[in-house]
Amino acid sequence: MTRAALLVLADGRFPAGGHAHSGGAEPAVKAGRIRDTRDLEAFCRGRLHTSGLTSAALAAAAALGLDPAALDEAADARTPSPALRATARRLGRQMLRAARATWPGPELDALATAFPRGAHQPVVLGLAARSAGLGPRDAAHCVAYEAVSGPATAAVRLLSLDPFQATAVLARLAPDMDLVAERAAEQAARAAHAGTDALPAASAPLLDITAEQHAAWPVRLFAS
Amino acid sequence: MHLDHPGHSHHGSAVGADAHRPDGTRRALRIGLGGPVGSGKTATVAALCRELRDQLSLAVVTNDIYTREDAEFLLRNAVLPPERIQAVETGACPHTAIRDDISANLEAVEDLEDAVGPLDLILVESGGDNLTATFSKGLVDAQIFVIDVAGGDDIPRKGGPGVTTADLLVINKTDLAPYVGSDLERMARDAREQRGDLPVAFTSLTGEDGVAPVAAWVREQLAAWTAAA
Repeated sequence: MTRAALLVLADGRFPAGGHAHSGGAEPAVKAGRIRDTRDLEAFCRGRLHTSGLTSAALAAAAALGLDPAALDEAADARTPSPALRATARRLGRQMLRAARATWPGPELDALATAFPRGAHQPVVLGLAARSAGLGPRDAAHCVAYEAVSGPATAAVRLLSLDPFQATAVLARLAPDMDLVAERAAEQAARAAHAGTDALPAASAPLLDITAEQHAAWPVRLFAS
Repeated sequence: MHLDHPGHSHHGSAVGADAHRPDGTRRALRIGLGGPVGSGKTATVAALCRELRDQLSLAVVTNDIYTREDAEFLLRNAVLPPERIQAVETGACPHTAIRDDISANLEAVEDLEDAVGPLDLILVESGGDNLTATFSKGLVDAQIFVIDVAGGDDIPRKGGPGVTTADLLVINKTDLAPYVGSDLERMARDAREQRGDLPVAFTSLTGEDGVAPVAAWVREQLAAWTAAA
């Protein structure tokens, strides 16, 4: 395994479609809930500890080698919003394309055969990490970082926020990201014995509700 | 775990530039259309569809910046049946979706081939962007850059990746040249200087058969693509 593979996977320029998604930031900006970097930090912290934790644990479990089909079902059960389920599968399909070109392997090929329309993105990312020789904690870290870097980048574009301030928000959240990744990896390890029901199911109902509303907007900058 | 399924290991192509579909048949030729906002990309796509749809099996992918307007324009004008038009959302960065991260566009072209194929030609229209926007070779086989005379007759001289490297440069709205004081000969001369032997087409889509030079170029590309099979 190479440590640098984690940087390749976590890079915002990894071509897996994330740039077109705001992680719920666009509706939050429109509703006036994110207006400055302080709001952005609170939004990101909330997303990280809720849907971020749930996604990180799914990715860690996939990286650990748990059955991707069972994990995909677990992800469905933990994603009440149909719009967010569709988004997760679309991004999963894009991640799978990028991962198969980057770290080709039989497990990713098998996933493409089983889910031609895409599996949930965190599950695919976990398997991509596995294919890259990375471990469950790496996969969880990657997802935890995505949970906050997506909204931060989107907020810079939506609000013309100072990019240095937005990046400082990410730096301040680093200890929280470590915490979430650690917890996600522990719970994934437990799920290896106790089954996928042992995975965390934290959620942010407002993110689910606004995702449904956002999906119906006729004019928007981001796909989700 | 689902491990080795050697028989299915090529399901879905991992590499976008692959000239073949998963079932081994040759995929459609993909031509990208880029250029600044308002230069006439969507109008060119619409005119090409009308011109070619009776002889070829066609589909279109649009990359709108923040609406579905381009896709809806094509639908409203009924240039193709709705199932042959797909819109990709680009998250405020149209050039990213056609160059740096082409995953959503590749999905769109593959879905079109699955749903309404076999196709001869897929036109991928970028969202209106600046003069540096170019398509990845992993997404399209050839690209057209559309500018117009009203945007200023110094654009060919200024160059930039779109003007300099596109396989075809279209200079649109020639009918407006006298009204905006654009010198078409100067534009042609500057374009030749920037592009060497690469072709340039002057169009006025308001005129009868205005898109003919572009359609002729597309037919040439298609003939070369078919001959290479």
